[in-house]
Amino acid sequence: MKSNNKENCFRKVLMTGNDAIAEGALRAGCRFYAGYPITPQNELTSYMAIHMPEYQGVFIQAESELAAINMVFGASAAGFRAMTSSSSPGISLKQEGISYLAGCELPAVIVNIMRGGPGLGNIAPAQSDYFQATKGGGHGDYHSIVFAPSSVQEAYNLMFAAFYLADKFRTPVMILGDGMLGQMMEPVVLHSAPLEFSENIDKPWALTGCKDRNPNVIRSLYLKEGALEALNERLQKRYQMIEKTQQRFEEDFVNDAQVIVVSYGAMARIVKSVVKKLRQRKLKVGYIRPITLWPFPVKAFNRKKTTVKYLVVEMSYGQMVEDVCLSVPDKKKVYFLGRAGGAIPDTGQITRKIYKLLR
Amino acid sequence: MEHRIILAGAGGQGIMLLGKILAEAAMKDNKTVTWLPSYGAEVRGGTANCMVVISEEEIGSPYIDQADSLIIFNQPSFERFGNRLLPGGILLLNASLVEKPAFPKKKIRLIYQPFTDIAMKVGSVKVANIVALGCFLAVVKLVRKETAIEIIRSKAKEVSPQIIELNLKAFEEGFILGQDVK
Repeated sequence: MKSNNKENCFRKVLMTGNDAIAEGALRAGCRFYAGYPITPQNELTSYMAIHMPEYQGVFIQAESELAAINMVFGASAAGFRAMTSSSSPGISLKQEGISYLAGCELPAVIVNIMRGGPGLGNIAPAQSDYFQATKGGGHGDYHSIVFAPSSVQEAYNLMFAAFYLADKFRTPVMILGDGMLGQMMEPVVLHSAPLEFSENIDKPWALTGCKDRNPNVIRSLYLKEGALEALNERLQKRYQMIEKTQQRFEEDFVNDAQVIVVSYGAMARIVKSVVKKLRQRKLKVGYIRPITLWPFPVKAFNRKKTTVKYLVVEMSYGQMVEDVCLSVPDKKKVYFLGRAGGAIPDTGQITRKIYKLLR
Repeated sequence: MEHRIILAGAGGQGIMLLGKILAEAAMKDNKTVTWLPSYGAEVRGGTANCMVVISEEEIGSPYIDQADSLIIFNQPSFERFGNRLLPGGILLLNASLVEKPAFPKKKIRLIYQPFTDIAMKVGSVKVANIVALGCFLAVVKLVRKETAIEIIRSKAKEVSPQIIELNLKAFEEGFILGQDVK
């Protein structure tokens, strides 16, 4: 580690979300990065280009998104902590590779700094890739663990969990941010790995050269009768374990709330400020902010009071709202507010909708 | 109290840097802060802008619809952002490059000073942003003067000692100007 990084240890610095994700990844042990440029995540790639050599890791600007994800596949198969990043259209291109990672039970971290879609869309913040991120994305029955940071500090913090859980469960992990989170600067305390995520995980499956041991084989092609079903059963068992142990969320003011607003990522910042303002006016409003989108924090919706109304606010036309409907006893109590294509539901719209539901 | 500032000008006028210095100084003064740039298909000679929110508490949106302060450096930026100031807000206009607006409908505080001309007198057109920063901080005490100077020093240090002197002189000129208009 070079001196300028040592200086930064535990120091508070002003950083963009993109830079903080890259710095967090390096400190979490990422030693291979391959990426291909796309706005609004380019700072992440350039940060890796500058700082990866300080860690004796490998940085590659690949010739395409497909090449980048498959290079990550290779580095991961060799036992390295590997990562790629892109934005919505680029992440669509990576889906085949992500499916192969899942099928081969390989860990990897994929960052999606979402922009408006569909198609090439625009470069404004959006949350329209929720379905793609949480319901698989590529082909086959698989899931990636999906984290949705809502501040630059949280984006940094979650990188340690991302790499650790990827190794532990041998699965792809996705960081789902958006253009606002990627581009904005906030103060970040650059702490070292939290104890719970610093344990070193053995990778006896890795392709490290098979001198003095039996060869390892990494593949997702299973033609023998029953073999593919066995892989799928193994994966499903793992997913159940992840759903049981890895749900994360933040909530506040929920105990006496008549309306609970549900949102994630950058959207949740705006929702939180609205809820706090309405609480000062003594209105019974609370919020739930999922931090893991898969596994979805079903636990957060487990309450006895059945009169609670849920308002889901997204920078999309309604994606996470489906998971909220599946998590509550009565989906008639779930309401939605969303804009996309670069538009963001503003505080006035959210406030008016909450007032309407309180009536 | 949360203070929301939109800064806008032409690409090359140092608007992003001005926002960053403000944000870093606020962080150093133990405030919460966000800095959000315009990004993407920006072109030379086009408008560049950034948004800075400074607060004592957790900040919601880093995006600013209606601002407490506008710092505007050229005419196109004024056309674009001029109407996005809250009643009672502060409008800091670069008189060298922006026409004096007709008396505004909303009650606002107009500070109309030739930052670019002052910068040229100080020694370089490039420090117009720092003149404006000095002026702004004399009017709105968002961050301590000493902190702002410290940040300017550390940023200019990367270039040369002469650049430090030039920028500190620019800041001081602006600060005195701001004290006078109060």
